[in-house]
Amino acid sequence: MNNKKRLGVFKFASCDGCQLQLLSCEDELLELAETIEIAHFLEASSFVQEGPFDIALVEGSLSTSVDVDRIHKIRSSSKTLVAIGACATSGGVQALRNWGDHDEFVAAVYASPQYVDSLSTSTAIADHVPVDFELRGCPIDKRQLLEVIGALIADRKTRTPRHSVCIDCKRRGTVCLAVTRQQPCLGPITQTGCGAICPAYDRPCYGCFGPAAQVNCPALSEHYLAGDTTETTLLHALRNVSAAANVFQIESDRIESAHPESTQ
Amino acid sequence: MSSTRKITVNALTRVEGEGALHIRIRDELIESVRLAIYEPPRFFESFLRGRAIEEVPDLTARICGICPVAYQMTSVHAIENSLAIAIDPEIRRLRRLLVCGEWIESHVLHIFLLNAPDFFGCHSGIELAERFPDQINTGLRIKKIGNRLLEVLGGRAVHPVNVRVGGFHHLPSKDELKTLLPDLRWSLEAAIESTRWIAGFDFPDFDLDCELISLQNNDEYPFNEGVIASTCCPSINVNEYEQHFGENQVEYSTALQSSRRDSSAPYLLGPLARVALNSRQLSPSTKHLIETACPPLPLTNRFQAIIARSLEVVHALEEAIDVIENYSPPYHAFTNYRPHESAGCAATEAPRGMIYHHYGIDSRGMVASANIVPPTSQNQLQIESDLREFLPQWLNDSDETIASEAEKLIRTYDPCISCSTHFLKLTIDRS
Repeated sequence: MNNKKRLGVFKFASCDGCQLQLLSCEDELLELAETIEIAHFLEASSFVQEGPFDIALVEGSLSTSVDVDRIHKIRSSSKTLVAIGACATSGGVQALRNWGDHDEFVAAVYASPQYVDSLSTSTAIADHVPVDFELRGCPIDKRQLLEVIGALIADRKTRTPRHSVCIDCKRRGTVCLAVTRQQPCLGPITQTGCGAICPAYDRPCYGCFGPAAQVNCPALSEHYLAGDTTETTLLHALRNVSAAANVFQIESDRIESAHPESTQ
Repeated sequence: MSSTRKITVNALTRVEGEGALHIRIRDELIESVRLAIYEPPRFFESFLRGRAIEEVPDLTARICGICPVAYQMTSVHAIENSLAIAIDPEIRRLRRLLVCGEWIESHVLHIFLLNAPDFFGCHSGIELAERFPDQINTGLRIKKIGNRLLEVLGGRAVHPVNVRVGGFHHLPSKDELKTLLPDLRWSLEAAIESTRWIAGFDFPDFDLDCELISLQNNDEYPFNEGVIASTCCPSINVNEYEQHFGENQVEYSTALQSSRRDSSAPYLLGPLARVALNSRQLSPSTKHLIETACPPLPLTNRFQAIIARSLEVVHALEEAIDVIENYSPPYHAFTNYRPHESAGCAATEAPRGMIYHHYGIDSRGMVASANIVPPTSQNQLQIESDLREFLPQWLNDSDETIASEAEKLIRTYDPCISCSTHFLKLTIDRS
């Protein structure tokens, strides 16, 4: 018998991009497969095994009644459950339905809505079952993914930073778009992990990694609104791929109630 | 007495996204084949309404983690067509370079990790690597350069951040791109050798005539534009797409199914169709490879799609090298524009086939309507039709064998299920 840890990779509503990051570890994939038993990973292997799993990586948000049942089964057969990506940690881009008319959304796509199992909200895994660790990002960063898997294999604490994107712009030597061009960059309130890509590509951060620790969203919003940024632009910036991340949701709802014309 | 046999594959494996297959067999005949996509709907077309057109490429990228560039390209081209925005020729070439990166990364993932294991009775690419370590390691290295190209030009490989309406947010310097050349040149030679290895696989014989459709251009392989060409019907312009092709909902699937409006006939998209309709436009090394190592064209054996995909990797690497060698940064990263009430569409070639978007735009530059037709919902009907022809030869075998052979055929289409849901689980029902 071997004593390798058993890994399960599971998918809910998502684009597949986060589990793809595991297959994108071109330099590490074959080595990883020697140190861990890939027991359940539908996208990578047709050798599908049952639990229990030592590590479950869960991608995607919960948006159907069937999926809500499925996550409870995965939780009960997994020792450590890691939610990976913006969908699994905050509901993802499909959580934009949480502010829409779900029945109308279904009717707009499907001629026979009665065949479609879909909930009116898209929610994070932690809203339904206890989650041991949340790895943020849309998509997750593969270096952070390897760090988390490495930590779980070694039974040590995971180390992923919680500071804002701003710090990494400074490290990267990127000129600040908020200060020099008055662009509504979400970098000051967004958790790092991407490597501060967007400002380095001459565009404001749009919040892929969700809120950083202890951020003051209203102060940043009011600063932008005092300039050329419209309420609608700011609302849409917050209501993007991390729309239902708690702190972003509170702030976008605050802006909306203070400025009802912003959703017009 | 009639007997029914029902075979279900609850979760198809080594495909992108989640779906099932239900096969019903009555009196030793295939009664029905249903490809059921149970991927939850995510309603992109609905929540795009009311968003600024500038946000569209960031949002549509999230439809698919494997081919986000295809969604970004199709949406910006549709919006640019709508607003009659002219694109600088150098920007146009850079966009082709970005597509090269995605084709390399997506195709190589499919060839080495998802599809090739089927030809050797392996469960995964990782298992295959135990038998063919050099070939799989070579594949992973080629995949990495595809991703690296996306990272340099797009900011990151999954959901690149650099595409915008009118061009790019940020132009790469010539030096940044040139650093990729040594790895691209190594990959081109390696991809040519890999294609020779793949062309020698033992292919099941499954040659079936059907309509092949892809974009077509006079002087270049189809990536981001062209007319919609067919092996059966006259070519049409992209803005005639909705007159000729329609989407229907079926009870067992959250992906809509496309067919020709007049005949309800299925059609096939992807590498087999593209190579069949565009072999003249392939790069010199690719043409030489076809002449010296491949079965005669057109390839229509579905299992040889892996050869077509390998040829396209060679083409994409060669074109990427050409674009970079001849690159000189334009003055502006993007063309400015003024939004107005308008509507427009575009079609591009995602790695797995043609993709179509249509947008209505209001006077403030907000999306008024969106219609997105992914490749797999267009291939879905053809896959079911092919399975009905392919499976009878296996009916005397066990349910496990039937299920496994069905899955192998399905993988050859490289279905992208996450994106087709607005798509796979496998049941076989024997009566």
